[in-house]
Amino acid sequence: MSDFPKPDQLLSNIDRTPPRTDWMDTPVNIRKGMYCYAANPKSVEYTHLPFPHQWNPTEEDWHLPENWKEILHEGFKVRLERFRSFKIFMDICVRCGACADKCHFFIGTGDPKNMPVLRAELLRSVYRNDFTLAGKLLGRVAGARPMTMDVLKELWYYFFQCTECRRCSVFCPYGIDTAEITMMARELFNLIGLNIDWIATPVANCYRTGNHLGIQPHAFKDMLDFFVDDIEEITGIRVEPNFNKKGADILFITPSGDVFADPGTYTCMGYLLLFHYLKEVYGLDVTWSTYASEGGNFGSFTSHEMMKRLNSKMYAEAKRLGVKWILGGECGHMWRVINQYMGTMNGPADFLEDPVSPITGTLFENARSTKMVHISEFTADLIKHGKLNLDPSRNDNLILTFHDSCNPSRGMGMLDEPRYVIQNVANHFYEMPPNTIREQTFCCGSGSGLNAGEDMELRMAGGLPRANAVKYVHEKHGVNMLATICAIDRAALPTLMDYWVPGVGVTGVTEMVANALILPGEGERTTNLRGEPLPGMEDE
Amino acid sequence: MQLNKLLSQRKADMVKRWFDEVVKTYPGETAQFLKRQKNQFANPVGSTTQNGLEALFDVLIQGGDSEAVNSFLDPIIRIRALQNFTPSQATSFILFLKNIVKESFRKEIADPQVMEEYLEFTSRVDDLCLTAFDIYAKCRETLYQIQSNEMRNRTFRAFERAGLVKDIPDEESPCLRPVKPPVSGDCNT
Repeated sequence: MSDFPKPDQLLSNIDRTPPRTDWMDTPVNIRKGMYCYAANPKSVEYTHLPFPHQWNPTEEDWHLPENWKEILHEGFKVRLERFRSFKIFMDICVRCGACADKCHFFIGTGDPKNMPVLRAELLRSVYRNDFTLAGKLLGRVAGARPMTMDVLKELWYYFFQCTECRRCSVFCPYGIDTAEITMMARELFNLIGLNIDWIATPVANCYRTGNHLGIQPHAFKDMLDFFVDDIEEITGIRVEPNFNKKGADILFITPSGDVFADPGTYTCMGYLLLFHYLKEVYGLDVTWSTYASEGGNFGSFTSHEMMKRLNSKMYAEAKRLGVKWILGGECGHMWRVINQYMGTMNGPADFLEDPVSPITGTLFENARSTKMVHISEFTADLIKHGKLNLDPSRNDNLILTFHDSCNPSRGMGMLDEPRYVIQNVANHFYEMPPNTIREQTFCCGSGSGLNAGEDMELRMAGGLPRANAVKYVHEKHGVNMLATICAIDRAALPTLMDYWVPGVGVTGVTEMVANALILPGEGERTTNLRGEPLPGMEDE
Repeated sequence: MQLNKLLSQRKADMVKRWFDEVVKTYPGETAQFLKRQKNQFANPVGSTTQNGLEALFDVLIQGGDSEAVNSFLDPIIRIRALQNFTPSQATSFILFLKNIVKESFRKEIADPQVMEEYLEFTSRVDDLCLTAFDIYAKCRETLYQIQSNEMRNRTFRAFERAGLVKDIPDEESPCLRPVKPPVSGDCNT
């Protein structure tokens, strides 16, 4: 009995208070459920990124090259010289705290190191130590600290708890784009082989085969053929998509998630139906590509060179096929890359024509440099000109709200077009509270390559502010469907809803367009694209 | 029921102190934010905790069915089950109330009648804490369940769509008909 702890000893293990130490003295605790697995070295090697190796974030030794500190210092220096914005972002923050409580990860996890200002400070402290006179002379007094293994682990842990959603930037009086600080931090990690596998392997697959999952061209076509069969069963119409068709009017590119993952697959069926309609009624010739079979660009979570490489294949394919311009599907970071970086990275795409809708004559001026138009903008224009025959009552079973995906909303300013489309194809739509939508939208919590399975606690905590707003409209208006225009959202939000707001489904916008679209010669539809009975057809 | 009356009268103060104690389970900067930001959409953790504690306080005084208790307790625990807490840290905030009440009504509790009521009250608090632990365990189960569901849906649905999965047909051929297991007491026939 002498070994048995006394009651007070037992209870002393229950610590009710968190550490009250300064952030620099609070050590990082890499917690299971909050991080993603390390990159498979084969994937790192395939894309010729430096130092592919086996390592595990929870182990003491990360098996880094001996001179890792020099590599990081040199990499930091090069980036400060090369990217003026990065240097400015390192220098001008006055730590006013305007961004501090705007991050969904801070709000959800309650971890102060997820305040954007403090997350950036983790890196700024190293910047001050290595590159500023005050930091070199005064050290910690000037907010500087040298790079050590513990500092590196802390940087890695928290910069992979940022989805680069840019909500914090909206509130920064200096316009600091914190997402770009995260991008730079991740570039530095890549210099010593410290990527996560959920990013590195999709990047390698995309680079080699053309899409994240490494689905080969014939399998890609097979999947679309399955959808063609399903569509025929539902509508009685056999659509005939073009593949790799030279001389088509438009090349269509969407994230491969739409082709392989529910509920994105229904959005994909929606694209097929819409293009069939436009071909039958207006003669529009759209082609899919089995080579440029991915819109998503996980390169942008790796390095700017990788982002450029993956983006270029879409344009190479457009050139090869000789199309007039590119139409892009419902994707997130594809649009961020196109809208923010493409113009000066691989563009301007002068070999393509200025994008004009052949059906309405509308010139999409905003896409003059990139020649790539968003499907929601394209569809909104068609509806505005009365070019689609729609029956919104087919979506009457849906009580909808719209989640602004971070990239199309904050990354390209597309706020009204998807709402316009939704309100023309469905009858029941309710907005979430104003401080959770449009420019201030809350991230799904799974963007920028964090949509893995092993970091589920991080994803659920990060998605809390979004889910909390959905719960509000679910309880107030009976909202049962969350519409969105991003493939990561379509993959991540159903799980988020399962945890926080069971009873709310997730849909793409084009799926609802297709459900409402009356095709010439179609039979009486009794089900929607999911095979569920249409309103009023429950007994059929 | 003297104690209940006292608690009802000082409800706002009691709930505020309880909330302040709960908030202290978070790091300092976070605690400040949780108290300061009053918008429920900008601060879901703070507002959910505040609303939940208020309702639970009423339940402790007035009683309530388990459905009501769950509806107030679940949202708080659902959040804490994900955050950087051990199971005991995630749920023990319920017990804080015992001490708050004891400190606030030290004089009154000296009266044996009130003391008796206080002991009953603490026992209800203990029950609430146990319920919190049930919810905590359920949330963690849900977390693992949705993780495995997501994995299953990603792979299985892809296999299914690619035609690699064959369902058992409605009309089975005789040779594939499953063998009926013998019913007990039926083996000699």
